[in-house]
Amino acid sequence: MDFQFLFDNFFALTITGLVLGSVYALIALGYTMVYGVLQLINFAHSEVFMYGSFAATFTIMALGGSSQTSTVGAILMLVLALGAAMLASGGVALLVERVAYRPLLKRNAPKLVALISAIGMSFVLAEAMGLRDKITRFFGLDDNFREYVTRARNNLLFPDVVRPVRLFEVGGYHVTSLDVIIFSTAVLMMVAVDQFIRRSRLGRGIRSVAQDPESAALMGVNSTRVVQVTFLIGGLMAGAAAFLFVMKYGVTRYDIGFLLGVKAFTAAVLGGIGNLRGALLGGLVLGVAENYGSALFGNEWKDVVAFTLLVLILLFRPTGLLGEALGKARA
Amino acid sequence: MSTMKLGKVSGVMRSFGDRVNGLSKTTKIIATVLIAFFFYILPLLEPPLISTPGSDFGAVMFTVATYALVALGLNIVVGYAGLLDLGYVGFYAVGAYTVGVLTTYHAHWPFLLVVPVAVVAAMISGVILGAPTLRVRGDYLAIVTLGFGEIVRLIANNTAWLGEAGGINQIGKPPNVEMFEVPHLNWDSGTPLLDLNDKTTVVQFGISDQIPYYWLALTIVIIVLFADRLIKDSRVGRAWEATREDEDAAELMGVPTFRYKLLAFAMGAFIGGLSGALYATKTSFINPESFVLILSILFVAAVVVGGQGNRWGVIVGAALVAYLPERFRGFEEWRILVFGVALMILATYRPEGLLPPRRTVRARQLEAEIDALEEGLDEGSPA
Amino acid sequence: MTESILEVTDLTLKFGGLTALDSVTFEIRKGEILGLIGPNGAGKTTCFNAITGVYPPTSGKILFQGQSLAGRKKFQITKLGIARTFQSIRLFKTMTALENVLVGTDAHAKSGLLNSLFRTPTQRHEETAAHERALELLRFMGLQRKANDLAGGLSYGDQRRLEIARAMATNPTLLCLDEPAAGFNPAEKKKLMELIRRVRDQGYTVLLIEHDMKLVMGVTDRIVVLEFGRKIAEGKPEEIRDNPAVIAAYLGVDEEDAS
Repeated sequence: MDFQFLFDNFFALTITGLVLGSVYALIALGYTMVYGVLQLINFAHSEVFMYGSFAATFTIMALGGSSQTSTVGAILMLVLALGAAMLASGGVALLVERVAYRPLLKRNAPKLVALISAIGMSFVLAEAMGLRDKITRFFGLDDNFREYVTRARNNLLFPDVVRPVRLFEVGGYHVTSLDVIIFSTAVLMMVAVDQFIRRSRLGRGIRSVAQDPESAALMGVNSTRVVQVTFLIGGLMAGAAAFLFVMKYGVTRYDIGFLLGVKAFTAAVLGGIGNLRGALLGGLVLGVAENYGSALFGNEWKDVVAFTLLVLILLFRPTGLLGEALGKARA
Repeated sequence: MSTMKLGKVSGVMRSFGDRVNGLSKTTKIIATVLIAFFFYILPLLEPPLISTPGSDFGAVMFTVATYALVALGLNIVVGYAGLLDLGYVGFYAVGAYTVGVLTTYHAHWPFLLVVPVAVVAAMISGVILGAPTLRVRGDYLAIVTLGFGEIVRLIANNTAWLGEAGGINQIGKPPNVEMFEVPHLNWDSGTPLLDLNDKTTVVQFGISDQIPYYWLALTIVIIVLFADRLIKDSRVGRAWEATREDEDAAELMGVPTFRYKLLAFAMGAFIGGLSGALYATKTSFINPESFVLILSILFVAAVVVGGQGNRWGVIVGAALVAYLPERFRGFEEWRILVFGVALMILATYRPEGLLPPRRTVRARQLEAEIDALEEGLDEGSPA
Repeated sequence: MTESILEVTDLTLKFGGLTALDSVTFEIRKGEILGLIGPNGAGKTTCFNAITGVYPPTSGKILFQGQSLAGRKKFQITKLGIARTFQSIRLFKTMTALENVLVGTDAHAKSGLLNSLFRTPTQRHEETAAHERALELLRFMGLQRKANDLAGGLSYGDQRRLEIARAMATNPTLLCLDEPAAGFNPAEKKKLMELIRRVRDQGYTVLLIEHDMKLVMGVTDRIVVLEFGRKIAEGKPEEIRDNPAVIAAYLGVDEEDAS
């Protein structure tokens, strides 16, 4: 175990861990909300994220963004890309709800079956992106969209419009504007969602369905609408996460959702599944723990750290770090 | 609506089942032997519509058999005991790696001697996993098992004495007992002809001919089927069912539920490890990529799609999951997409699985009868 | 003086801030039918839950045939000889009536995995004996013709009786019945009273929670009355009926229940 490496790079590891963790947190939000309301693990949420990352990338590509773009232009493009990502992810999330979950929930199918349906949809969504070249060829459209669909299974690079500015130094690590943007976006979005859940009518509806679906229905809460909104919020957050992700890491792929999804899900469970703040805390803790783990044990053990943490938390504190669920007290 | 259709289909199947049960014992035994024999010679027959064009039919049948074994094991955990395990590939990997390590990588024990060790190792891992985790609630169990499956793979990937990413090759084979050769059928001319150039030695575990491995796997599947029946139809099976139905009530009726859940886990691990051992010896080469999370999902899908709780149903599910992608290899690129669509359709329109266990069929019929009664009352018949 | 088989001493059960049982003390004597009554929320089912090991007591002692039940798991308590039914029926709905009762007989089965796998003589003998006993119990309850029907498909009355049969199958010394007459019409209640008497005549001791006063007065030997977690009265049915504290506790209850 390389403690020296950990100490030498402590701040770098911690801060980059928090940044990565912010992305995890935003994705985790989608998992935690759907679980809080439906007690279901939304397996297709990883593809919700993936589509957002592609939307952001395609937007910049369509606007012709490059390292030559002016700063103002770049910022405008990025804002549009954020919007596109959130729109795309939100849309895919609603699609998942409508196609993979709603028919099953209406039939009172057992949860395991809903899981299988979501897994199926996850495959379909990921493969559709991976086969976009063949699909567009089928409709004769591939010429028009050549640069967007060629080599569909390969990495897609995000155009070089992001110009991180070094802001200040902490213990040998230069914190950049990008780091600050990512972290603060995550926190702000969390706060926004938290406020929405607490104060708005729909938010109350979500909490009541999470606590007791039958009584909520008796009180006139439209559970279908509630479920839709839950999926939508999770999708919007995943879209934001996707945008931040491609900004920071510069690349995306049709199958990028999977590992990130599993990690984000781990984060949600870590913080306490069903608990919004838990998603934030879990994400941040996971991001940092992963970094420390890779420093101590070597990079290849990074993922083991994540899963081991997951298993340990579930054994010793199954309700997660923050415990309470979205609706509180789901015994 | 769908319960009505289910009622008709399962009504037909029930009468088939009743007719089967009505046959005399001798008839049943003869029929069983004939059917088993058919499955043994199936890869030799190379039937035109069923055999797989792009890949070796024997190898595909082997995959079907090992998946069937896995499905039977997972069926005990998920279908009988009602425990959601999303990390079953972990047991599969333990079995495979034990064989790899003990037959070539660090020792040169004969394969047949290693198999019991592999199976015990898998069982121990099952108990180690189960002991702390079976106390937690259902969904959490799913997540923990998922984590376990991944941890096993990652450890294999990062540990030198397990071969790391490179894996282990030249894995030991079962002993040969070369007795005679059997020719395959050849349908190229439209009619079946004996192809004396294409023969399988009984029994030679070589590199190119996969059929003997299939026979070994098939034999084990048959043994496990018998064992499954014996165990299910006893207080063990009853304890599992009661635990699955209502764990607290079961415990209050004297069932040591935790012990039985752990037993289900151990049984599942045993069978999973056995299947992994077979896989290792047949492919001669294993690496961590052979044991990815997706495989666990595939296994669960096979069980759920086939009909969790029904040993024949899960075999059907396994066969579909293993066979269909190979059969339609020409559509290589589209395989996973189509698989995803198939999962969604099956989950939506046949959530109980293709061959649900009798209890589900009867429960659904009951619901249908109650619904019919209620509708009858609503339609204004004076109370 | 008949020996007591269950001694509950100063039993207290708190859930966070709520005190469900407050220093409850009573005993059950061998062969008697003891009634446990009280208004809703008095703690009767909680008392059952404490005795059967569902909730660990916050303080107090429960001695069954001289042995402390503290810290024992639910299935261990069942094996010691306490069985119960539930206020809301908790049968194994997708198992047949026979299978439900067999789960009860399995409580004392010695065969495990290996015995079952190899169908040893011990196992086969146990299975046959278990089937015989289960059918006998079903006959006792009048359910023998429905042995192979799904428990979920039985009529309400049959389900209640099946639950009792299943509990009896565990061969208990003490049988705890939680509102077995709920939802029964007067004729069925009368039959249930006879059934409970016959159960006692077979050698079981019965602890009975019931709301129907006529039934309680008619079938029990002694009664313990709870209100808000405390014992407010104990004695023979005639004594309880005229006890002012009991009457006060029940003020406001429906006439048909109090008749």
